[in-house]
Formats: sequence, C-alpha cells, structure tokens
Amino acid sequence: MDAVIQTQGLGKRYRGRQALTECTLTVPAGTVTGLVGPNGAGKSTLLNLITGMLTPTAGTIRVLDEAAGTQLARVGFVAQETPTYAGLSIADHLRLGAHLNPGWDQAYAQARVARLGLDPKQKAGKLSGGQRAQLALTMAIAKRPELLILDEPVAALDPLARRGFMDDLTGVARDTGMSVVLSSHLVSDLDRVCDWLIVLNGGRVRAAGPLRGLLAAHPGLTTEDMVLTYLEAAS
Amino acid sequence: MTWLAWRQSRLQLLIAACALLFLTLAFALTEPGLNHLYAEYGVRPAAFLARVQTGGYPVLYFVGGAVMYLTPLVIGAFWGAPLIARELETGTHRLIWNQSVTRTRWLLVKIAISGGAAMLFAGIAGLLLSWWAGPIDRAGGFPVGTSQLSRFDPIVFGTRGIVPIGAAALAFMIGVTAGLLVRRTIPAMGLTLAVFAAALVAMPLWISPHLVAPAQYTRPVVANLSTMRMTSSGQLNDPVTSLPGAWILTDQITTAQGRVFSLPQVAACQTGTQAQCDAYLAKQPLSQHVVYQPASRYWTFQILETAIWLAIAVVLTGFCTWRIRRRA
Repeated sequence: MDAVIQTQGLGKRYRGRQALTECTLTVPAGTVTGLVGPNGAGKSTLLNLITGMLTPTAGTIRVLDEAAGTQLARVGFVAQETPTYAGLSIADHLRLGAHLNPGWDQAYAQARVARLGLDPKQKAGKLSGGQRAQLALTMAIAKRPELLILDEPVAALDPLARRGFMDDLTGVARDTGMSVVLSSHLVSDLDRVCDWLIVLNGGRVRAAGPLRGLLAAHPGLTTEDMVLTYLEAAS
Repeated sequence: MTWLAWRQSRLQLLIAACALLFLTLAFALTEPGLNHLYAEYGVRPAAFLARVQTGGYPVLYFVGGAVMYLTPLVIGAFWGAPLIARELETGTHRLIWNQSVTRTRWLLVKIAISGGAAMLFAGIAGLLLSWWAGPIDRAGGFPVGTSQLSRFDPIVFGTRGIVPIGAAALAFMIGVTAGLLVRRTIPAMGLTLAVFAAALVAMPLWISPHLVAPAQYTRPVVANLSTMRMTSSGQLNDPVTSLPGAWILTDQITTAQGRVFSLPQVAACQTGTQAQCDAYLAKQPLSQHVVYQPASRYWTFQILETAIWLAIAVVLTGFCTWRIRRRA
C-alpha cells in the first residue's frame, strides 16, 4: 500500500518547549485517519508539519512522496478555527479558490454551498462557526486534493452538525478516493468515520495503526476505552 | 492571485482615487489664475510673489505640500503595514497559503498591486503639485520671511518631481516588512511611521548632501547687523541671494583664521553702542563661506534620491520573500 505520509524521528521544538518528539509513523493512502489526543498533545503541530506550515526541528517528513509543503495543489488543509476572510462573501471565497487552484471543481463547490443552505452573497464574517467550518471544508474539497488535512474541524459544531459533517466527509472520501487525516480531542467524533488511528499524548505517538487491528488487540473495549488505555499507559 | 489582490485592496484604491481626483480638481481649477499672474508679473518676481501671497494660493501651496508629506505615511501605515500583518492576525494566511499558489507568488502579487498603485498615485500627486507650483518655483520659491522656499530646499524637495514615487515605494515596503516581522497591525503601523519619519530626516541631513561633491566659495564680506541674521548661538548668517534655486548646505561668516565668527566674543558689541559695534565689525577681515548644490543639479538629485528609495524598497521586498518562505 502506498503511503501518503511518512515521518522518521520527526520533532518540533518551539522556544524552550518540545511540542513533538521522535514521531515515526506511516499513513497509508486511501484511509480516513483520526488523530486523537488531549489538548496540547501535539496534534496541531503534527498537522502543520504535514502541510508545511511549520518546519521540523528534527527528523524527516515525506508527504505524497515529496518534501512537506511543496505539493500545494495536491494537499488540502482546513486549519484550526477554520479561518476565512470576514469581508469576503461565500461566492468571493469560491471565486478565490477557482483563481488559485488548477484542479478547482466550481460545480461541486456551488452545489455543496446550495445543499448546505448557505447564501452565496453572505459575508463569511457573518457566518456561524459551523457554517464557516463548512465553507472551509467546501473550499478544501473543491480543490480536489489527494490528501485532505483537517485540524479540529468540528470543534465549533453542535453534536448533530458534527455527525452530519463527518458523514459528509466520509462520503466524499469514499467517492473520490482521497486520503483524509483529521484531528479531534473527542474519540466519539472519529470513532464512526476512521479506519486508521493515531493516538498522540505529550508530543509522542502512543499508538498508530488500523482501527480494527488496534481494537482486536483490546478485546471487549470500546474505541473510547482503548484510547484511554493508551493515554493512561503513557502517563 | 491578481483577482484576490485586487479584491482585497479595491476599497483602498477607490479612496485613494477619490482623494487624487479632489486634489486634481483643486489644482486644475486654480492653475490658470496662477499662470496668468506669472505671465503678467513674471518679469518682476517680487511683484508676482506678493500677489501669490494673497487669496487662496498660500493655502493651496502649503496644503499641497502637507498632502505630499502625508501621502507616503498613509500609504506605509494603512496599505503596507496591514498587507501581511492582518492576514497573520486573523489567521487567514493559513487559508491562503494552502491554496495552490506559493507564498512567494502570493506576496509578490500583493506587493505589485498595492505597491504599484501607491507609486502611481503618489507619482501623479507629486507631478501635479510640481506643475501647479511651477510659476512659484520659477520665481525662486514661495516667500518665507526674508528668504524663499526654493524647490531644491530640503523641506520642498521631496514633495516635487519624481521623489514621491520612491518615497511611496519605500514607505509601503517598510510597512509590509514591519507587518511581517511584528505580525500585528497596529504596532506595525506605529513602527512604520517611526522608521519612515527617520528615513525622511536622515536623507537631507546625512545622505543626500554627500551624493555629489558640493560647490563652495569664500568671499570677503563686511558684517552688517541690519541685513544679517544672528543665530541663537551668536553666529552671523548672511542669506545667500546670489544663488537662486540652489540648495545652501553651509552659510557661515568666518574670521581671517578660518574660524566661525561669533558675536558674543566681541567686547564692542557686548557693552558698547550699536554704532561702536558696527564700526568694529566694518574693520574686521571677515569672509562668507558658502557650501551649496547648484540649482542645475536639481534633477540629478531628484533621480539619485528616487533611486535610493527604490533600491531600499527592492531590498526590503527581497527580504520579505525570503522571510515568508521560512516562517509561518
């Protein structure tokens, strides 16, 4: 199986604080990978290293068999708090995406905005947190990336919207064959959609592998309990 | 990318276009009157300048100059500083840097659109003022006290000709660089104003006087308290009237030994009468030492100063493209 992400001894140190240590993992193509861990575990750091928004201070990282951050058109990223331009309308954002991405799927983007019941003329600054997350996701999918990275995409959504967002995302991943990596500190967000799991705590990888395989090694445990077992074993 | 840069800056560009239109109207409507006065009185500059000091001309002259001073400051603080800082502040850089366009290209297009517009607007405004004030400049400059503000005077120089284009580019790039380094809009705006103001002061004081070796002369002179001015430290200053349109760098009264003549050291002028003082001064072998840039070098200095501002702006652009690649 091809790997979309390969890291070897990856580390990131901010001024005086080690955010990620000795991170070695492989994410296979075509999976929906959940990155789970408590707040401050290093999830955002890892995702930002994958997109090239951060540069590592130790180790190596390969994304789609290239150096991280060099394959802009092939990697989509929905950053934490799903930033959008407050002064630009939804239509402006789609136009922006069309201008800046060679593989942009405008028909899909417009259809998805309509399906979500959003008014294209609405300024992004007037959207709710959940609507903004949907706009950011629409942009990231319409870019037609091979790998989509989402950093806490459902943090601003209510429980019902979370479920809709996740189901929607898995549907797209299944239809397009795109690989997805998304983070959350809630196992319940990831449980239903992921087929690959990475447990992160204290800046270290505590477990990584196919969700089924990990569960099989812990008979009788739910995903939630299994993740807690890994987190407790670490501390 | 061009579309986004245009979309993000179009409000600023519209405001600038309105301001420029207003300025153009004010100058275009009053220029024929000023030109008519010059045609009528131009052969006698004193009479012409006396007319120019009446009506709305002084206001237009000085407001025009003030606008040219404010233009680069506004461009640097309101166009340059927020260009990157606002993206970093609101987190939108994380959206835009993950489209399929490299950060370098994103930055350079933004700089080209906003910075290019800044240079265009400032350039038009500067040439407009130069055109309007042409008759006044040809008459030696606007009268201030006993002297005149020639177009070569450091106070006027940067508001005329092509220097405003360079000043706009520099102020804009100082703003962009400050925003990228400070990462917050308001502090970046303050830093931009401070740094550009420092550059504005440094140029006529320390840089441009040395760009071309100045001309100078020393002539014997009879000190006369009724025509000479005295500085606060007691040195005499004889306004140079024989060099219209020149930039006077040094104007000193020196003794036979070549030292700067200072009045408080003279006993006859400290304790004696005015007549005794004048009699003493008339017998002194004093000289007037003048260092200056001739009026004929005006365009040389316009080109040199513009080139220096543009060169620094280009260096800052290079620094920003390097910096943005290695930091998020």
